[in-house]
Amino acid sequence: MVLEGVPMSARLASGGRLLDRSRPLDFTFNEIRMRGFAGDTLASALLANDQVLVGRSFKYHRPRGVVASGIEEPNALVGIGREGRFEPNQLATVQELFDGLHAVSQNHWPSLEFDVGTLADLASSFLPAGFYYKTFIHPRAAWQHVFEPFIRRAAGLGTAPRERDADSYEHFYVHVDVLVVGGGVAGLAAARQAGAAGAKVLLLEQTPYWGGRTCVDGAVVNGVPEGEWIERTLAEISRMENVRTRTRCMAAGLYDHGYVVSCERLADHESADGAPRHRLWRIRAKQVVTATGAIERPLSFAGNDVPGVMLASAVRDYVVNWGVSPGDRTVVVTNNDDAYRTAIMLKKTGLEVPAVIDARAQASGPLAAQARDLGIRIECGKAVAKVTGRSRVSAVGVAVQAGEGAVIDEIACDAVAMSGGWSPVVNLWSHCGGKLEWNDMNAHFRPDPDRPPKGADGEGFVRAAGAANGTESVAETLADADSQGRAAALATGHRKRRRAAPKAAEEAMQPMQPVWLMPQGAGRRLRQRIWLDFQNDVKVSDVQLAAREGYESVEHAKRYTTLGMATDQGKLSNINGLAVLSNELGAEIHKVGTTTFRPPFAPVPLGAIAGEAHGSLFQPVRRTPMHDWHEAHGAHWEPVGQWRRPYCYRLGGESIDDAVRREVTNTRERLGLLDASTLGKILVKGPDAGGFLDMMYTGMMSTLRLGRCRYGLMCDENGFLIDDGVVARVGEDTFLCHTTSGGADRIHAHMEEWLQTEWWDLKVYTLNLTEQFAQIAVVGPNARDALELMGGMALGSGALPFMSWADGTIGGFDVRVFRISFSGEISFEIAVRANQGLDFWEAAVEAGDGFGAMPYGTEALHVMRAEKGFITIGDETDGTVIPQDLGLHWAISGKKTDYLGKRAQERTNMTDPNRWKLVGLETLDGSVLPDGAYAAAEGENANGQRNVQGRVTSTYFSPTLGKGIAMGLVRRGPERMGEVLEFPCSDGVTREARIVSPVFHDPDGAKRNG
Amino acid sequence: MVTLRGDLASAGLKKAVRTLTGVAVPKRGQARIADGHCVLWMSPDELLIFCPYAEVAKSVDKIQSGLDGVHALVADVSDARSVFTVAGVGAREVLAKLTPADVSPDAFGAGMVRRSRLAQVPAAFWLQDDDTITVICFRSVAGYVLDLLSSAAAPGGEVKYF
Repeated sequence: MVLEGVPMSARLASGGRLLDRSRPLDFTFNEIRMRGFAGDTLASALLANDQVLVGRSFKYHRPRGVVASGIEEPNALVGIGREGRFEPNQLATVQELFDGLHAVSQNHWPSLEFDVGTLADLASSFLPAGFYYKTFIHPRAAWQHVFEPFIRRAAGLGTAPRERDADSYEHFYVHVDVLVVGGGVAGLAAARQAGAAGAKVLLLEQTPYWGGRTCVDGAVVNGVPEGEWIERTLAEISRMENVRTRTRCMAAGLYDHGYVVSCERLADHESADGAPRHRLWRIRAKQVVTATGAIERPLSFAGNDVPGVMLASAVRDYVVNWGVSPGDRTVVVTNNDDAYRTAIMLKKTGLEVPAVIDARAQASGPLAAQARDLGIRIECGKAVAKVTGRSRVSAVGVAVQAGEGAVIDEIACDAVAMSGGWSPVVNLWSHCGGKLEWNDMNAHFRPDPDRPPKGADGEGFVRAAGAANGTESVAETLADADSQGRAAALATGHRKRRRAAPKAAEEAMQPMQPVWLMPQGAGRRLRQRIWLDFQNDVKVSDVQLAAREGYESVEHAKRYTTLGMATDQGKLSNINGLAVLSNELGAEIHKVGTTTFRPPFAPVPLGAIAGEAHGSLFQPVRRTPMHDWHEAHGAHWEPVGQWRRPYCYRLGGESIDDAVRREVTNTRERLGLLDASTLGKILVKGPDAGGFLDMMYTGMMSTLRLGRCRYGLMCDENGFLIDDGVVARVGEDTFLCHTTSGGADRIHAHMEEWLQTEWWDLKVYTLNLTEQFAQIAVVGPNARDALELMGGMALGSGALPFMSWADGTIGGFDVRVFRISFSGEISFEIAVRANQGLDFWEAAVEAGDGFGAMPYGTEALHVMRAEKGFITIGDETDGTVIPQDLGLHWAISGKKTDYLGKRAQERTNMTDPNRWKLVGLETLDGSVLPDGAYAAAEGENANGQRNVQGRVTSTYFSPTLGKGIAMGLVRRGPERMGEVLEFPCSDGVTREARIVSPVFHDPDGAKRNG
Repeated sequence: MVTLRGDLASAGLKKAVRTLTGVAVPKRGQARIADGHCVLWMSPDELLIFCPYAEVAKSVDKIQSGLDGVHALVADVSDARSVFTVAGVGAREVLAKLTPADVSPDAFGAGMVRRSRLAQVPAAFWLQDDDTITVICFRSVAGYVLDLLSSAAAPGGEVKYF
């Protein structure tokens, strides 16, 4: 449904320095068609269309209007876009308008204008801070079934997108000497001077424009208007080869080692395809200058959340930047000189300013004088007692600031511009440990220059500059930023000649006066209507309640009241809130301190954080040289680490189970081919290689003869089994260590760690050769016949006995053949150069054709291993299992004085005869036990759960035996052969299984020799 | 492609490298390129030597025999790796979208090699000339790396930073 909107009523006939009035843009808000201009933000366009109500608050569903003009906005959160491009919780004050923009308001039902949730507001005096905690704790079940679902429906802002994100995202890594965050006059001055010194500089600005506030408030710099100075400085910077600049790029977080994450919005301001939507900049800077400016504070008076009440600076911004009048009659309420700029500017624009209400006893500064000269009524020592109006301001009641709120005058108006002073944006400074100091004069926290975030060298690597450092005037700002830029460059070793610092005229200002409550003696009724956190509906009375209930720590009070916990992270509310708290506690503000500033400064989309890692690039997929062959032959894939291995190959309409059974039977009776290329292959070489491997493995490797193989177990220093595989001695001082498929990189790193950190005196080099070779297992009674048909080296048991290897040729391929077996059948593992892997595989398939050759996958491999009672790392082991638990004593050398894990395995807990040990499990009815099922024991534990005495670690249907077989770890298992255990399963059925030997098939090992 | 691990400062190893390739052992972080050969510094005790694929077995033997009695490891790794060429004015930018290594012109110039990662996989890269970067990765992830490089190089994503 698209309705015709009201005509633009708040757009001024002229003005709006950012607007291009020749380019009208159409957009919709809640399906109502509206019109704005190029250069508008969504917020300015909405205000121009007289759409003052933009959303509802989180808890009480109060009507909410735009209060700010930038990233600090707490109220104007909307959903933007449709379907795959829908993004919830976007700031209308940041969102640039584009043609066709589709925006919807949030947190209302059934409509923005009439919202059922406002009933919560009527009951708000019964919903104070901590209400939910107190009310919903008992009865316990009620929380889960009654209260939480209800609250979840009532609360919450935007809805998560339902569809796959249609956009792309990317990262970009840069390394600079000096990163300057903020493109206002401070950032420009700092970047200019740092660049002049010769440092590599990156200057970031979160908005599309340079110059910041000064463009609105005006200044004369170096004798020219601010706009001209900004243009000149940008031109000067652009001539520096060593300086880069970026707009629409918001520095979100600052971390150790000068790491800064910044989000660039590339396609949020247009609907164009092609470009990535966001680019996450991952910056390493030697020095960071935070020229992040300051944010104006609201004043705490009753009804300060009514739509039409805005920050005084925002009112100026809307008029000057976008030619929008937030109101025809604007009352200005302030505790400082700066807000007079709003009154003066409005008056000069031809709008009405019925009064400036100044909480100070007198207004004697030049700006006040100028306002007075323009005929503006100034009420000193006064306060706003209340705001009249529900979804729009209609009047303010004036009271004496020193009093309790008795209304002495009522002034009709349709907007209120408030200013409670300015707070430096200290977020980035604070993210990595920078400390703050309280400045009494300006009633704000500013970065303490003596306690900056420190780098690895113990020196500070962050400098605040300009308003972010607590400066007030443009003159101070420029001087400070210029010297911080220079200092940052010097700290990175760049010291080319300094350029003259920019200069602006000093302005005389009357000091501000801290006002944390308006009027000072506001009673309980008023305090319940004074908002601190507009988004989360936290009022002065809530913070006071928290203090009274003992939440003295600011961090506790924050969590109890939810002050500053909304998506805006308290950019407007934090200082006002903790001032109220400290007042209530009778402590000074700096003693109460601030809550912790954590990244991100403003929300960063998850897509930007994921970067390229979505869709096919979500994770790397490792492919063996025969991957495509498997794919073409019906492979059903299984992820093994990042590898993809065929689980089985489905023939025709075969089920997965049927395929596995066929593969097992075919391999046992005829011939199977397995792609074993993923097995880890680590070359270990050097005069000390044998001794090194004696330490790495539980068995003795140094005595292995050249040409022979030995199965080895690897443990960590706690004795736990971490990997297994066959070691082959391939040279006098060279061994090839096979690892599990998932373990190659980990075990290689494990070896290198011991060599580099503990046994650096050993003469050993290692190399991970996993990917150099394709490895093909040719398995089954017909294996030797098939390979001999291909022709080449001798493969008889005399030439190549079990557990030996030999180099030679097969079918014209240079190969290394290992006589090892994981299935119990006669088996040849053949390694060829990876580039020849597919050719060899196809030749083997062809040669095996007359011998019944079929490829088999990992599941058949596992079934055959289990039939033989061979363990699998990750099934029989879980990081708590030692080789002795698995009956692998035969693979542990008793002759060695030491190996990794030996001493740990002698601990009493490890030698406890009650440990769970490996056994075979055979169900009485031949069925298959569920994986992970527990064997029940008598009695219950302290939690009222059934005691257990073992669990299933591997379980399969054995086609060879025609029944279910399993391995498991059972308390004193090997001593209990023949006992029947009960396994209560999650399907409610209790299955019975007998403890048997884990070797189910060919216990004498006759078949491995063919 | 041959991996050589050993004491890079030893006379025996230096001589063996020069005999095979005609170039000296590169310094830390450097690549040395000669006719038909290229020697990359991979770590304080590891070099990667490029030689013609057909001659790799001979090259391994040659270097091995030159290292008789020296504690070193020599292995053919030609089949373990895949090689990509990233060419064009945006080559550095494509890399900078995927690797945390500094690939700006003053930190990454001709004759330098970096061993780092591309997104989630290990990779090494060096400059052939200012607009041409050679990338090596493990062969199993060649498809992933091709997709990574292609998506990073897609039109519309130009950063125009370097």
